[in-house]
Amino acid sequence: MSSHESTSKTLLVAFSLSLVCAIFVSAATVMLKPVQEVNQALDRKRNILAAAGMLVEGKSVEEQFSQVSTRIVDLRTGKFSDAEDPQKYDQRRAAKTPSQSEKLSEEQDVAKIGRREHYAVVYVVENDTGGIDKVILPVRGYGLWSTLYGFIAMEADANTIAGLGFYQHGETPGLGGEVDNPRWIAFWPGKEVYRDGDVAVSLIKGSVDPSSASAQWQVDGLAGATLTSKGVTNLLHFWLGENGFQPFLNNLKNGEA
Amino acid sequence: MESVKEILTGPIIKNNPIALQILGICSALAVTSSLKVTLVMCVALTLVTAFSSLLISAVRNHTPSSIRIIVQMVIISSLVIVVDQFLKAYAFAMSKQLSVFVGLIITNCIVMGRAEAYAMANPPVASFLDGIGNGLGYSVVLILVAVVRELFGAGKLFGIEILPLVTEGGWYNPNGLLLLPPSAFFLIGLLIWGLRSVRTEQAEKREYKLARHTAVGEGA
Repeated sequence: MSSHESTSKTLLVAFSLSLVCAIFVSAATVMLKPVQEVNQALDRKRNILAAAGMLVEGKSVEEQFSQVSTRIVDLRTGKFSDAEDPQKYDQRRAAKTPSQSEKLSEEQDVAKIGRREHYAVVYVVENDTGGIDKVILPVRGYGLWSTLYGFIAMEADANTIAGLGFYQHGETPGLGGEVDNPRWIAFWPGKEVYRDGDVAVSLIKGSVDPSSASAQWQVDGLAGATLTSKGVTNLLHFWLGENGFQPFLNNLKNGEA
Repeated sequence: MESVKEILTGPIIKNNPIALQILGICSALAVTSSLKVTLVMCVALTLVTAFSSLLISAVRNHTPSSIRIIVQMVIISSLVIVVDQFLKAYAFAMSKQLSVFVGLIITNCIVMGRAEAYAMANPPVASFLDGIGNGLGYSVVLILVAVVRELFGAGKLFGIEILPLVTEGGWYNPNGLLLLPPSAFFLIGLLIWGLRSVRTEQAEKREYKLARHTAVGEGA
């Protein structure tokens, strides 16, 4: 048994095992990578379409996505930009890179995101005549436990919401996690964002009274999830506000984007 | 040597990894809020346990005892990474829901426990079957827990509505606690209690005896 426990045998076993396992793991990773990338891209497109309320089950996502074009918006000027390649630009990484983002002051940072990137990827849905039908904007902000990542789709009037959806969050299942509930998501289309130039849309406690004068700016809060509801209100106020996409939406409406 | 049937079915009731050995509880809490996710987790864990036992047993006579735990870990981690990659490639939506828990199979006590307790001392085929058997034992408990949690927590099974919820215009008011991890603790506890009441040989011996109560001045 002594040869078994010798240092040279131990090193040999450790080395050969590591080699075999490394080859095995790398081979699996490399061979499966193309399929995984297709999946990730499809998943993102599916989320974008779902937010815009355009997702039709049973139809190919690629085909449905063909009427959507990906553009870059400079959040500082509120105009379309060619400074980044929309296919390669990584917005989440940019938000963490000091040279590609700016720190928000406590007052500005209502969505608790820390830094805001200079450039954002937006998705423009064109209508049959080549004009803009809808524009889909990425939003994110802190809820109760986690940062919620989602998309909001706006109609061409840059005021009416066409849809809202979150594709990643870690809120409590059954409570804050109900942001994924299709019945709640269905409240959003048709709601309005701005009232006299200010972001007015918000989640309220309980149900919206349809006869109320401000009903078009209100959405039912999530029952039992006050902080998640506040988080959603805050992230919309940030991303649709002056530090978010408001300048861009204004330009879009005036045809100056 | 035990019969094949013994190795395969023993861990399901007689020597269940969760109910008797109390191993693998963490993933049992985490993934059982939906039956579909649970099934994928069960298949993944069973495959990893079986193949890691097979491979560890195959090299057991060449493994120096000073590095045997590391050898086991390397083999288990490699298998888990491969399973994770396959899920990402062919069951993307599922892998998003399972997220970190597939990776955590590496630290699942059942896999390591079987490698150390069984595969290091038995031939490869028997170890493979032992891995499958323990995977099945784990699966039985997880599926039971998941059925209760999804049915009474969300009114659904496999995402299909069974009990129409009040919020969807039905009559069933779901028990939200069942969707949270602690509920799995209660369910597994009840299950172990039930099992040990029927099979009393599974109950552990008391490790201590309560002293007789003596009031002041009454004692000897």
